[in-house]
Amino acid sequence: MGKLRSIPRHPLYLSRRPVQFRKPHRLLFRNRELPNLPGRGATELKNAEKEISAFRLRVVFATLLIFACFSVLFGRFLYLQVLNYDEYQSAAEDNRISILPIAPNRGLIYDRNGVVLARNYSAYTLEITPSKVSDLEATIDELAKLVDVSPKDRKRFGKLMSESKNFDSLPIRTRLTDEEVARFAANRWRFKGVEIKARLFRQYPLGETAAHVLGYIGRISEKDQDRLEEQSLDSNYKGSEYIGKIGIEQSYEKELHGQTGFEQVEVDAGGRAVRTLSRTPPVSGNNLTLTIDIELQKIAEAALGDRKGAVVAIDPYSGEVLAFASRPAFDPNLFVDGIDSSNWDALNNSPDKPLLNRPLRGAYPPGSTFKPFMALAGLATGKRTPEQAINDPGYFNFGNHRFRDDKAGGHGLVDMYKSIVVSCDTYYYMLANDLGIDNISKYMAPFGFGQLTGIDIDGELTGVLPSVAWKQARFKTPALQKWYAGETISVGIGQGYNAYTPLQMAHAVATLAADGLIKVPHLVRTIEDARDTTKRRLNDPPVPAGKPTRIDIKPEYIAFVKNAMAGVVKEGTGARVFAGATYTSGGKTGTAQVFTVRQNEKYNEKHIAQNLRDHAWYTAFAPVDHPKIAVAVLVENGGFGASSAAPIARLLLDYVVAGKRPDKLGAVPEVGGVASGGADVEAESD
Amino acid sequence: MINAAQLKRGWRLAFGQLDATLLATIVILLCMGMTVLYSATYDTPARFYDQMRNIAVAMLVMWVAAQVPPQTLMRVALPIYTVGVALLIAVAMFGAVRKGARRWLDLGVTSIQPSEIMKIAMPLTLAWYFHKREALVRTRDYILAGFLLLLPVGLIAKQPDLGTAILVFAAGLYVIFFAGLSWKLILPVFTAALIGLGCVLYFGDQICEPEVQWPGMHDYQKHRICTLLDPSTDPLGKGFHTIQSTIAVGSGGATGKGWLKGTQTHLEFIPERHTDFIFAVYSEEFGLVGNCALLLLYLCLIGRGLVIAANAPTMFARLLAGSISMIFFTYTFVNMGMVSGVLPVVGVPLPLVSYGGTALVTLFLGLGILMSVQNHRKLVQT
Repeated sequence: MGKLRSIPRHPLYLSRRPVQFRKPHRLLFRNRELPNLPGRGATELKNAEKEISAFRLRVVFATLLIFACFSVLFGRFLYLQVLNYDEYQSAAEDNRISILPIAPNRGLIYDRNGVVLARNYSAYTLEITPSKVSDLEATIDELAKLVDVSPKDRKRFGKLMSESKNFDSLPIRTRLTDEEVARFAANRWRFKGVEIKARLFRQYPLGETAAHVLGYIGRISEKDQDRLEEQSLDSNYKGSEYIGKIGIEQSYEKELHGQTGFEQVEVDAGGRAVRTLSRTPPVSGNNLTLTIDIELQKIAEAALGDRKGAVVAIDPYSGEVLAFASRPAFDPNLFVDGIDSSNWDALNNSPDKPLLNRPLRGAYPPGSTFKPFMALAGLATGKRTPEQAINDPGYFNFGNHRFRDDKAGGHGLVDMYKSIVVSCDTYYYMLANDLGIDNISKYMAPFGFGQLTGIDIDGELTGVLPSVAWKQARFKTPALQKWYAGETISVGIGQGYNAYTPLQMAHAVATLAADGLIKVPHLVRTIEDARDTTKRRLNDPPVPAGKPTRIDIKPEYIAFVKNAMAGVVKEGTGARVFAGATYTSGGKTGTAQVFTVRQNEKYNEKHIAQNLRDHAWYTAFAPVDHPKIAVAVLVENGGFGASSAAPIARLLLDYVVAGKRPDKLGAVPEVGGVASGGADVEAESD
Repeated sequence: MINAAQLKRGWRLAFGQLDATLLATIVILLCMGMTVLYSATYDTPARFYDQMRNIAVAMLVMWVAAQVPPQTLMRVALPIYTVGVALLIAVAMFGAVRKGARRWLDLGVTSIQPSEIMKIAMPLTLAWYFHKREALVRTRDYILAGFLLLLPVGLIAKQPDLGTAILVFAAGLYVIFFAGLSWKLILPVFTAALIGLGCVLYFGDQICEPEVQWPGMHDYQKHRICTLLDPSTDPLGKGFHTIQSTIAVGSGGATGKGWLKGTQTHLEFIPERHTDFIFAVYSEEFGLVGNCALLLLYLCLIGRGLVIAANAPTMFARLLAGSISMIFFTYTFVNMGMVSGVLPVVGVPLPLVSYGGTALVTLFLGLGILMSVQNHRKLVQT
């Protein structure tokens, strides 16, 4: 720089571009002596020489830097390889001192009453490291002569191999008998790269029960490994082979896994440990106590039986999830050792989708269970008063479209109480039309419709709370993006674009039951320190910042709607199922259309394929004063909510409120069938 | 029949563009590299043959690059740079995440790593810029050059890819240095860096407490530096690399344990032993003598590059050749320093020795440019 400074700095003087005299007066003023300058060629040559010598000087400095740095390296080599050679030589010699990770015991999972839902047991496995084996097939064939290796084991091993790195040690057989262990040990020398290892296995003693809550663990895949590396957790998983894949096992992985310990051991030339030098013990993972009452869970699952469906029960004042059932389910034990392909195909390809977590990831139109919330919106906006009544002719005309009520001829004079008790469609067609879609979505959102509930397992579906903005974002073309007023009308009875998960429904009912108190539903009640079981943390997730903790609607409106829901049980669509109950409860039946019945046609169950039959809903809370439980029951293709979903809810309420167990666990039969007689017709229509 | 003269002429036509000194050094380095690689990939020989293919491709790239005159390079400098930066921005926005870093751009058929382009595009552009501003250079040019440099470096560091960011940053810095950045600026920064380094070494224990957050750095980057200061804090994780590679180097002794006889290597104590940590394998098997030989070869390579730079006729050629030579030095120093435990673990391969096609092609492209500068020096001088 110093050298360059001496050169007269002038853009014209040195520029190689042709000079453009765009502003001659200014240039002339500043460069008065320009024409008298000496020839450019000589100066340029001189400049170039100066530049080159400046550059060469810099090269010399760079060379000095190189020598300095290389001297540091040379010094370091000298230090390591000559001065401290002995130390490193022996370090390598006892490398041999190898550091072995010790995997921690995974935390246990209990139900709220202390029943074990997930535990560990120790067993021997026979493992192969594929990279150390020259002919894998032949080795497995040889092994099969010593221990029992079924085709299923081989298939599973193949699947594991495709999922893991070549130098991992993979089990070909788990749970070896003592005899098999002894037989292999005697022949061990014949098998390079094959070892017997004592491993801890995860077991879910109740099998399918609560499988969708617990989830399962499985072998750490490359994808898991990448994620662990990303979070810098990979060193804590050095000795671990399993990681939570879904459910509680996945979402509480950090609590359950524990801290990996390690020991320094001396190994012989073959890599076998000879002597332990030091040991940092692992710290077991924390134990979890769930909010689930496994008895209630069993009742719910048994009640659904072979039908597809979901049951979610929540304690309204704490947000604790008491039951979270999804049918059909799967046995999580199948996944622990790596599921074999035939089991996997059976689960994955089944049309009943047993792997689908229905309460969490199934979105269904809510049908008439949406009506109490619509009524609240009507009250809150002042569009309706409780006393205001309509005359229901059995249909609502909008433009040239006729929206029909389930009951031909209509319900006559209907006020808000009656509209909920008899589940009058016409009332809600009108109300929806008066409210408009954005008002509906504004008052529904705080109840959690179309919002993530924030439950503590992953994969929750948002559902759809339709609004003008939602449609705008959902569709691509302007024609599809436009919201039509006619679309609002079916939203009023829980049809149209509406789609919510059973968890969202239960959460909404719980919020209503607790007089508008919003609690985040959660599945884990306490987290217990593994080292000191007296240390427990209560898990009570707060409502996320920026979200309301209470519904902003007058308490008397909420009380009115709750009372109307109690009316459903006393004298409405739920009355028959709850006859003889020793406690008070509020409820709402719902029937969600899967199949659109064409105009002027009548829905006839018998003529419609099973998978297009309506979904049955029942939402409930009990007792009416200070409820202990809020529940949502969904039976896929169950037909009428009152006949197939309500009886299930009754069993749950009986257990929680009255402490009554069903005589025998099992599927609940449908109540009623097609009813006859005036009052019953009303009871069946929703 | 072809006679000797024709053969000679044919040879010169095909290979005349290749600088003999450089070529000889490269060939020796490659031979040594393949020798170690054979040992490092003893269990997975497929890699050895893969690398042969990589070398063939890279050689071809070098040959092509040697034919391209610097004037052409000058013309394409800015476009390449612009495309590179655009791709980096694309990566930041919708790049594929692998191993926790967003470095790749998925093109459907193949995926590319645009940061690799910057390793050459950076010195190319800055050299072009300073050439354009030749003898007009003022402070604001350095500021602009600094911006041209820091934009892509920032994007790369954000991915995060510390190794590549350092290399690209160094490449640009060398150009600016050779272009004549004032000593008044270099000395204080250099001194400050040295003092900072001293502080980190001295206060290592305090600043590595888990609660302490380092501004502008990912946790894992802090972790790497802290692990370097005290590898025993994380014997299962990153510290393992440093501990084991240091043992490998040290146990090599003066003359090494002999080819294929490195216990650290063959008992699988060295991670990444065919890529970034291949020097540990080499060092263990060939000892101090081998290390010195390797250092000398690199010196020879870098020195030849600097000579080419010093003899280059234009500012552009000088800066470009100088920067490329110094890049080789940076690769070598950072890699050997990391393996022998004086520098933190960053993903920088040992040039011409580590396994891996992308880095090899980039390096040979650089070598090809050096050769081109050497070849075309007379054509420009008038």
